[in-house]
Amino acid sequence: MLNTSRPCQPQSGGFSFEDSRRNAVLEGNLSELGYSSPKARKTGTTIAGIVFKDGVILGADTRATDDMVVADKNCMKIHYIAPNIYCCGAGVAADAEVTTQMMSSNVELHSLSTGRPPLVVTVTRQLKQMLFRYQGHIGSSLIVGGVDVTGAHLYSAYPHGSYDKLPFLTMGSGAGPAISIFEDRFRPNMELEDAKQLVRDAIVAGIFCDLGSGSNVDLCIITQAGVQYLRAYDQPAQKGKKEGQYKYKPGTTAVLTKTVTPLPLDIVDESVQLMDTQ
Amino acid sequence: IMFATQVHGDNGKMKEYHYTGPVEHRFSPYSFNGGTVLAVAGEDFAIVASDTRLSEGYSIHSRDSPKCYKLTDTTVIGCSGFHGDCLTLTKIIDARLKMYKHSNNKSMTSGAIAAMLSTILYGRRFFPYYVYNIIGGLDEEGRGAVYSFDPVGSYQRDTYKAGGSASAMLQPLLDNQIGFKNMEGVQHLPLSQEKALQLVKDVFISAAERDVYTGDALRICIVTKDGIKEENVPLRKD
Repeated sequence: MLNTSRPCQPQSGGFSFEDSRRNAVLEGNLSELGYSSPKARKTGTTIAGIVFKDGVILGADTRATDDMVVADKNCMKIHYIAPNIYCCGAGVAADAEVTTQMMSSNVELHSLSTGRPPLVVTVTRQLKQMLFRYQGHIGSSLIVGGVDVTGAHLYSAYPHGSYDKLPFLTMGSGAGPAISIFEDRFRPNMELEDAKQLVRDAIVAGIFCDLGSGSNVDLCIITQAGVQYLRAYDQPAQKGKKEGQYKYKPGTTAVLTKTVTPLPLDIVDESVQLMDTQ
Repeated sequence: IMFATQVHGDNGKMKEYHYTGPVEHRFSPYSFNGGTVLAVAGEDFAIVASDTRLSEGYSIHSRDSPKCYKLTDTTVIGCSGFHGDCLTLTKIIDARLKMYKHSNNKSMTSGAIAAMLSTILYGRRFFPYYVYNIIGGLDEEGRGAVYSFDPVGSYQRDTYKAGGSASAMLQPLLDNQIGFKNMEGVQHLPLSQEKALQLVKDVFISAAERDVYTGDALRICIVTKDGIKEENVPLRKD
């Protein structure tokens, strides 16, 4: 939104709160009429992470909700930060996306400046300093995990700028169901297969017990050897099979007028990208 | 009619930032428990279907709480909205049916039940039952009948109607497939019981994909002159 009231003044950066009083009045007026102002889309999520024998495993569900309607059935909540560091994001979808992209960019520059591969603690410190600076207005809750020269680490960062360093973490609206699985079965220094199963089970608990989470389980396994990003590692909820055919014959939609304008163009390049019609 | 209900477990912690002064908090007597109901009327049958998920906020209370209630041998009602009011309302309807039977020595017809429900709901005009009702059954001539209500008793007879949380997703699909709306050059075949059943199952599969409150299982009640048959179909549980 351009600040057109005072175009000559230089932009001071950060958030402009000039419209907040007007917005509060509008919100009040709209609710009298029975409408509500548009809300930012939240991911309503289950994200989890554990530290195991060889590194860290991050897990996430794949449902993005617009209030209580599913907006995206297969979105990606595990974001790249560095070759050895990944981050799961919950809360406001746009905030999680942009915050992780900014961190990724900063961390790459920092790593080039220091001449050393990035540390997980660096990402967490920059993240929490930024989130605190915005006083909670950036509504993203993140779980950062990775393996660096000092070992395998797992941190969580909250919108107001606090962070935790723990061997296992869950966040999002499905954090409750997921943490109960971890509290029951987590042990330090688990083997890879056991650890994968545990994270998968925690995310599945969130998928079934939390209305804001659903669809598939994505896993990201980070070890000294490298990263394995397992998109759709598990699909515990299957779409029902429809019995009827719902195809329409050409001509079903009424064509009122038809105007054909031929464009004299040559095909230079042709590429095919498959749509996900599931 | 839209209700502004206090959503339990709202993650909207960001909202408290505009501190405009002392805020009065009030206990809300209502809560939204989700659920979708659907009724379709045919030539000699009626189908009432509902999902079986009972939720509150982001949690699930039960995966097996159907919203169809059998009233008489020829009438089934589907109620969704606030579960507390659904239970009380159905108890009141059952009691009134019994009273009518004892006074008039016959069962209430679908049309009579609909008219009575309208008065019961309007009786609470200033503290409404937060329930979206749809009655499905056979009328006096044995033809399928569907009556749809709003929370304060406005009602009308329909051929098909969807109510509850995913109603906005189901109704347009039914308008197209049963009402043949927005289609040209399509033969208007009368709706058979098999086609109606297939349609009901398929629309709920679609609703469960996109509405978080709809899922777990589908309970279908098929009302014919031979009685009421029940069918259960599993839905997505996430």
